[in-house]
Amino acid sequence: MANIWSKDIGPGGKWSGTIGKGKLIRLTALEAGANVSFQLYHAKDLTERYNMPDTLKAQYTAHLTRGNVLMSDNGRAMVSIVEDSLGWHDPLSGYTSRAKTDAKYGVTNYQELRNEWLRSGQENFAVELVRNGLSMRDMMPVVNFFSKIVVENNGDMKFVQGHCPAGATVTLRTELDLLVVLSNTPNPLDPSESYPSVPVRIEVLPAPPLHEDDYCLNYRSENRRAFENTWEYHTLLNA
Amino acid sequence: MAVFNRVESPRLVEEAIYSEVVQAGDGWMRELKPGQVLRIVDLEGNQAADTLFFDAENPEDHYSAVATITGQSNIYLSTGSVLRAESGKALLTIVADTCGRHDTVGGSCSAQSNTVRYAHEKLSMHNCRDTFMLQLAGQDGVYTKRDLAPNINFFMNVPVTPEGGLKFDDGVSAPGCYVEMQSHGRTMVLISNCPQLNNPCNAYNPTPIQVLIWDN
Ligand SMILES: [Zn+2]
Repeated sequence: MANIWSKDIGPGGKWSGTIGKGKLIRLTALEAGANVSFQLYHAKDLTERYNMPDTLKAQYTAHLTRGNVLMSDNGRAMVSIVEDSLGWHDPLSGYTSRAKTDAKYGVTNYQELRNEWLRSGQENFAVELVRNGLSMRDMMPVVNFFSKIVVENNGDMKFVQGHCPAGATVTLRTELDLLVVLSNTPNPLDPSESYPSVPVRIEVLPAPPLHEDDYCLNYRSENRRAFENTWEYHTLLNA
Repeated sequence: MAVFNRVESPRLVEEAIYSEVVQAGDGWMRELKPGQVLRIVDLEGNQAADTLFFDAENPEDHYSAVATITGQSNIYLSTGSVLRAESGKALLTIVADTCGRHDTVGGSCSAQSNTVRYAHEKLSMHNCRDTFMLQLAGQDGVYTKRDLAPNINFFMNVPVTPEGGLKFDDGVSAPGCYVEMQSHGRTMVLISNCPQLNNPCNAYNPTPIQVLIWDN
């Protein structure tokens, strides 16, 4: 299927944009070891956003993969993960800060390094949120696509190295009109001592119509009820 | 790391400057001054005290579950855990804990999440996010729904497995267990004493908590 639109986001890059419902968003790691911090808002009501705890507890999971649905704080399905070559994406560890980036990789600035200076997730999100009429008060937990964090029995969070090979992909189907905000910055728990971000391609494609036997819809009865809440919203909007 | 780090408090109840019982289903919101210590007591056991914090100097900087757990590389909270804001700022530190560990991954219940987790008919049931919003409504417009970030569930047990599973287990708490935290600056505290009637963790019986404050 030919894509509608495509953009490569370089290391340290950021992007935000509105993507309508009924489309596919495909993310591809162009090299090994990618991490994209990803945030979702409902384009027609920016106070509605991806809710990490509601998503995880409804699906009894602490990682995200095919079948899972990212749910909003209003109990609606926002996107469904319809394809995934990796089997594990991290919803727990958040985004990098300026302070952590400087402490871990050394202080960098634009004056000396021009566009090679090391960006932080915190600043990338701040810029894109303000651009869209929001602010850091709207910042909530993100999904870190391509990263795997294992939680040991004692609660310790461990970054799994070598999880993401070059060419890894994950595909999301939009169930609502969405504002997508993303930052291609390192996972905060990545122990690598050099700044590890790699380029990531984002493509938007048309999605086939949702069928009654859809994998994500039927993954759990909780997912179906989240879809029903989304359908109820669209019924009232379009009535 | 912050696991089962049992530390009893040296503070005496009779020396507290503030004490109040918060019934199940009720909210509580109050500012802590720098150095003040807040104790939350699970009076009857297996209750969930859903709690949020805001930097009172900058109310847009809310508690961040993720900055907190990533900051200590461990998902459970206990004595020694530093509770961080979205900016990364340290808001409070847990200084005593007789429960063992506390959850900050499971979030609060809401009318809408109850429809997803249980049934559409649960929409009308009382829930923590309604309690949060009613409390925020009393703050002269300083706070809105945009400020409702994922919270701490004191006394709740939400284990994550090495295989990436998540479940709600019976509480690790017992009657009289408490947690105590000291505020680094001016911190706004927002509590919903959870009214959840759908989750067997509390045996379908939400119970009161007590909040106490000391000056240091
Ligand atoms: Zn609750």
